[in-house]
Amino acid sequence: MGDRVAIMGVGQTDHRYMRPDVNHEEMIHEAVRLALEDAGLTIRDIDTVIFDNMDLFEGHYLADAMTVDGAGMYLKPGLKMNTGGTSGGTAVATGWQHVASGLFETALVVGWQKQDASPSIGSLVTAREPLYDRELAAGAVGIFATMGLQYMQETGCREEHAALARVIMADNARKNPHAHLKLEITVEDVLASRVLVWPVRLLHMSPTSCGACALVLGSEARARKGPKTPVWIRDLETAHREVSVFRGGCVEPRPQVSAIEVAAGRLYRRNGITDPAGQIDVWELYTPSSWALFHWMELFGICEKGQAWRLVEKEAIRLDGPIPIEPSGGVVSTNPIGASGVIRVAEAALQIRKEAGERQVAKDVKTAVATAWGAGSWIVMFYLTREA
Amino acid sequence: MKKKVGIVGVARTSYGKRPEAHLQDLSFEAVQKVLEQTGLRFTEDGSGIDATVSCSQDHWDGWTISSKNAIDGAGGHLRTEEKVAADGAYALYYAVLCILSGHHDCILIIAHTKESQVDGRLIENTGIEPMYGRMLGLDFTTCAALQARRYMDERGITPTQCARVVVKNRKNAMGNPAAPVSEILTEDDVLTAPILADPIRVPEAKPVADGACAVIVATEEKALQWTDRPVWVKGMGCCYDRHYPGYRDLIDPLALRKAATMAYGMAGVSDPRKEVDLVELSEYFAYQELLWCEGLGLCPEGEGGKLVDSGATGPGGDIPVNPSGGLLAGVPVNVAGLDRAVEAALQLRAEAEERQVEGARTALVHGTGGACGQMHCVLVLGR
Repeated sequence: MGDRVAIMGVGQTDHRYMRPDVNHEEMIHEAVRLALEDAGLTIRDIDTVIFDNMDLFEGHYLADAMTVDGAGMYLKPGLKMNTGGTSGGTAVATGWQHVASGLFETALVVGWQKQDASPSIGSLVTAREPLYDRELAAGAVGIFATMGLQYMQETGCREEHAALARVIMADNARKNPHAHLKLEITVEDVLASRVLVWPVRLLHMSPTSCGACALVLGSEARARKGPKTPVWIRDLETAHREVSVFRGGCVEPRPQVSAIEVAAGRLYRRNGITDPAGQIDVWELYTPSSWALFHWMELFGICEKGQAWRLVEKEAIRLDGPIPIEPSGGVVSTNPIGASGVIRVAEAALQIRKEAGERQVAKDVKTAVATAWGAGSWIVMFYLTREA
Repeated sequence: MKKKVGIVGVARTSYGKRPEAHLQDLSFEAVQKVLEQTGLRFTEDGSGIDATVSCSQDHWDGWTISSKNAIDGAGGHLRTEEKVAADGAYALYYAVLCILSGHHDCILIIAHTKESQVDGRLIENTGIEPMYGRMLGLDFTTCAALQARRYMDERGITPTQCARVVVKNRKNAMGNPAAPVSEILTEDDVLTAPILADPIRVPEAKPVADGACAVIVATEEKALQWTDRPVWVKGMGCCYDRHYPGYRDLIDPLALRKAATMAYGMAGVSDPRKEVDLVELSEYFAYQELLWCEGLGLCPEGEGGKLVDSGATGPGGDIPVNPSGGLLAGVPVNVAGLDRAVEAALQLRAEAEERQVEGARTALVHGTGGACGQMHCVLVLGR
């Protein structure tokens, strides 16, 4: 492996449905400033800037080019990554590669989305293969409906359990000052919310948010000199997969799953993780719908197949529970898409630094897993640790 | 660079209009060629390709998350695939970093674009800031016209000097089997051709092209094991300039100078004119070849016109520029920068056939993106 890479600083905006008070660059700038302040650096200390955003979502060709000033990229090396929902994760991975290569001591990673300026669903329709798939599936809701339906059929899980998972994430989000939806809701409220595609109800889905998140990554030498406890990105893994509704991608048994299992398998093997629930102290999973949570928990090996709903029923995933998941409130509470993957890593880092405020989990956090999910079934995952 | 990274294979499709080919067909064609050429396969045990870096643009594909097109045909299924949404030179730059980091040993880079399926100027219009410039109908061609006009006015660059770039690159393209252009032009042909956006005439702009190209890079150890003729990445750099062209001095390619300085520093190049044997750069328009030569330090500031007049950049000159015919020969956008690396690698492997620069040992590769060259990526390759 290359040089060790640490998270030196994190910064994020307060995520909102609308940000009419700022333009793209001003919004990005808020997060960049906070991340630099957190790392005790100025933009002059940054060697390269890694940018992520999805051009078609924003309606801007070369969105990185357009927001150079806001992201601090002027006269700096850098590039833009775009892998859809996983973009934030891919950008953090790209920043990691830059620092680990030994050519850069610091890297600023910037992810953002401004959905009040350009609603993403219009471009999400084009995420499907044009000849067949686009007629069959549009957007993301259908994927979670098949997941939920399948999960209920195969296990004892009922709608109430997914609703409880949503309530737990809402309870966490109310403790997170940056969260977009800070809902006071009960299981009954979730079950009474409008059906989008059954069993996915409105409250089961992530919102459309505006926001930005930035990370400062640094080499070991730089990170040790920073004002904050370095959080080490010990390892990372990406798995993408071919996705086609027409060719069976979304109707085969457990369709969205294999990439997660494969990626987690590779990362766990490399790091001697044999008991994920025991060895990982906190999870920031990219869960765009509460129905996805059960699948994610099982695929990341947090519990046996078919058992995730029971852990939720026991409320084991709460902040003070044995397996805290989504302490930030997760993607169902906050989803500025291009930023969401970066936020997962930032939130996991805050947990390791014990700076998560009211949303700090009860356990002594030494290790964390943060993930980004997208494109139907793609995954980027990070293993973060307090010890170098 | 503390470790050496080698190019072990390069391949591409031909770059004509390809109405019969699906986006995935284009990628697959290039990937198949490079796999056949190197005998490498996608493996999990380190005996072949570890990961894929793809390069495409959602807007050009009309397909959000366009790297979905690289999953089927480029070894992305259940494997690591990451998409660089910038010019292809950046994809090579990123892949080299992934090897230097020690995370991967061997990476397939695949870039594709099918320009003929869309009106590129509509896409480029959405690359202009939305409040004022987009409403004016600006695109990268009209912006380039402003840059060209200022370059001519300030530096005394003449229409004839720009036409000479077209004549040279068209002639060079005749030796390049991937190039779709098939007609040699005279200076008169260029100077009397219809105007696209004053002062740019039709043959002075990159023609529409479809296609894909693929490159495999690996650690020094593996490169030496897999090929007799590895090409080494000696240095690289990239840089962003401001977005709004009015905030830049359009005749000073500042970001290019910074990117080149970074790459030269890494490669230990102090006098590129003397130390580099050939240059493959991204001239979307004829005047840009002259301006980019200045930015790359191949001639003093303002002397890009004199450089082409002297014949130095032509075949047999002391610093051949675009012996492949460059972008004016017809190379798809995004693919452009990676194709420059393919050409440079063929030259350094002495496999460039009719367009071979004799004794080529060091080559410059350049990719750019955005209106008037807002961002640049430069790589130094060596034998």
